[in-house]
Amino acid sequence: MVDTQERPASGDMAAPATSTAIAVNGGEAVAYALRQIEPEVVAAYPITPQTLIIEKFAEYCADGLVRTEYINVESEHAALSACVGASAAGARAITATAGPGLALMFEMLGVASGMRLPIVMHLCTRALSAPLNILGDHSDAMAMRETGWVMLSGSSPQEAYDLALVAQTIAEHPDVMLPCANLVDGFMVTHAVERVDVLPDDVVREFVGEYEPETSLLAEGSTATYGALDFRDYYFEHRRQQEAALYRSQPVVEEALKRFGEISGRSHKIIEPYMMDDAEVVLVLMGSAEGQVHAAVDAARDAGLKAGALRIRLLRPFPTEAVAEALSGARVIGVLDRAIGFGSVDNPLLSDVKSALWDQSARPLTKGFVYGLGGRVVTLGQFNQAFDELRTVLETGETPGDPTYLGLREDGEVPA
Amino acid sequence: MTLKLRDLTLLDDGFESGHGLCAGCSESVIVRQVLLALANEPVVALATGCLEVSSTRFPDTAWKVPLIHSAFENAATSASGIEAAYKALIRKGRMADRPMTFVVFGGDGATYDIGFQWLSGALERGHKFMYICLNNEGYMNTGIQRSGATMLGAWTTTTPAGDLVPGKPQWRKDMTGIVAAHGIPYVAQAAVHHWKDLMTKVRKAEAAEGPSFLNVFAPCDRGWRYEPEDTMAVSRLAVETALWPLYEIVDGEYKLNGPRHKSKPITDYLASQGRFRHLMRDREPGVIEDIQANVDREWARLRARCGLEPEVVKEAPVAASAD
Repeated sequence: MVDTQERPASGDMAAPATSTAIAVNGGEAVAYALRQIEPEVVAAYPITPQTLIIEKFAEYCADGLVRTEYINVESEHAALSACVGASAAGARAITATAGPGLALMFEMLGVASGMRLPIVMHLCTRALSAPLNILGDHSDAMAMRETGWVMLSGSSPQEAYDLALVAQTIAEHPDVMLPCANLVDGFMVTHAVERVDVLPDDVVREFVGEYEPETSLLAEGSTATYGALDFRDYYFEHRRQQEAALYRSQPVVEEALKRFGEISGRSHKIIEPYMMDDAEVVLVLMGSAEGQVHAAVDAARDAGLKAGALRIRLLRPFPTEAVAEALSGARVIGVLDRAIGFGSVDNPLLSDVKSALWDQSARPLTKGFVYGLGGRVVTLGQFNQAFDELRTVLETGETPGDPTYLGLREDGEVPA
Repeated sequence: MTLKLRDLTLLDDGFESGHGLCAGCSESVIVRQVLLALANEPVVALATGCLEVSSTRFPDTAWKVPLIHSAFENAATSASGIEAAYKALIRKGRMADRPMTFVVFGGDGATYDIGFQWLSGALERGHKFMYICLNNEGYMNTGIQRSGATMLGAWTTTTPAGDLVPGKPQWRKDMTGIVAAHGIPYVAQAAVHHWKDLMTKVRKAEAAEGPSFLNVFAPCDRGWRYEPEDTMAVSRLAVETALWPLYEIVDGEYKLNGPRHKSKPITDYLASQGRFRHLMRDREPGVIEDIQANVDREWARLRARCGLEPEVVKEAPVAASAD
């Protein structure tokens, strides 16, 4: 077989001349975006690997570069609680956290979305305890999926910056009015120093505008009640309205990404295909492993396999139709999960992808992979192995039910 | 503005009748007194509890002022966020600078127990807000369970008066003292029956430059097992027995507002409520003595902090004359 598809050059549009290239890690890239957005309130509690964001932002506050009220709260639960109060008061409110911090916030995740408050959270994805582990995986993000937030996931410091700006406009869109999370892979993105093209402050401010809520606690003459008690006569309807708003957010996300492409030259989509035009064997992933997965695609194609990759940029609402459409030509699909869905039929991302494919007339074979838990080093070899296994599935027409654990040591093997 | 009852009756207090609180409940009385006393436009943050579920059942609300209920434990943090938003929106010129007061109402469960950390954090950060603890000594909304504010010996559904254990085995947390230890500018204890004292304290709290805290005694006829019409009498007895002294701590200085003297033994108070009936049936004299000892100890400590002489024990003249 011959590789007939041309490999895309990186960066599909020329960056506007007004952009400035800076070398920063992903955490500082988010902080830079926060400075440009200049929200009224930031409330956060320090947790690795999120501290890079809030320390940098604290410097901006200390130097008077922003007029933000920066609340150094006493816990993550309080961080999101303060954002709920501030957002209901009509302010733009932003927080950032990671892993166990998100777990502590859990109650408030549903309060924020149920109260329809456009809070933005920068989630530096991290493993959950126990055992205690401060490093990156997607256990936290996957546990958040059903809490009613719009969830975006990037793969680089550049994207962490870009999505930080885009998230703001999605959350506050009148058709949405829901909180939005920007998933920034812990360490792999938060601590990776890369070139980031930042937009001028005035361009960002025009893009994000000001938050103009329909009502608020501080509006003159306000008699608004936030967080009322619902019983069996209204709760159901309110939940349904909330669900409808989350599904309505997908076109808003697409429009926001398009609008952002016009000012930045970076055209992000809700899904990111790589070499998908004729791909028969595809790896689906979310997050920072993209570069290595693309290299594995290239290697597989060099070895004669029509390989491709699809990265999920919009995790919630899950872009069912777009994913099904993108995968419609594939015969074998491997899904890379950086989390375990304990006791579930499948691990989280595989479960989403399979559900998206169920209603298709020709369902491809699927195979699950688990990788990189608790910061386990992710290598190109792991994804080469994945394509090797997918090739076997393609050739035999049979797929084993159990996932393959990439980079997991066998019993008795000692760490390198 | 002086507080005259006649004038107050003409004012709109911001809390409508038609709420679902029980007959005899002290909470609506306290809420009205607080709202009436405020000079500024209020924004109210509620903790989950009786007041919240009884006044905000969608699509109705008893509140004519802006209000938020977020969760059980974090009403102080709601206020933190609102106060921060207020400051930043004014700083950015996005709202007119007009005087507003951020008031939290939380029960003793929300204050002494589950929301302790959230309150402490907000106090330490120094947000300008007023926290009112509606202290009815238990989780009444979920069916009369014990809290850290419940008195020694009290019957609750989780400290039933059994053959082995006669009600709640522990005394209560000195939450007013714990809050005062944060060094905030205004802390006070008040009680529902003394409207003038409570409303004066609300005004002082509102004028304070920083966080303020009022621990307000809020008898619960359902949970404490007395007749609805006796709420004010029970509250008055708590003060007269020095179980619930009225005092304030202004910039660290203690001042006693009442009672001038402990004029009644604790048994007068215990006898007024069904939750202590098992003690009063004379089965648990030891517990009653323990309660009295705790009251006396706290009363002596408070008097000392207020710079007052130790009180001569009037109800025991025989013992006094023995010297």
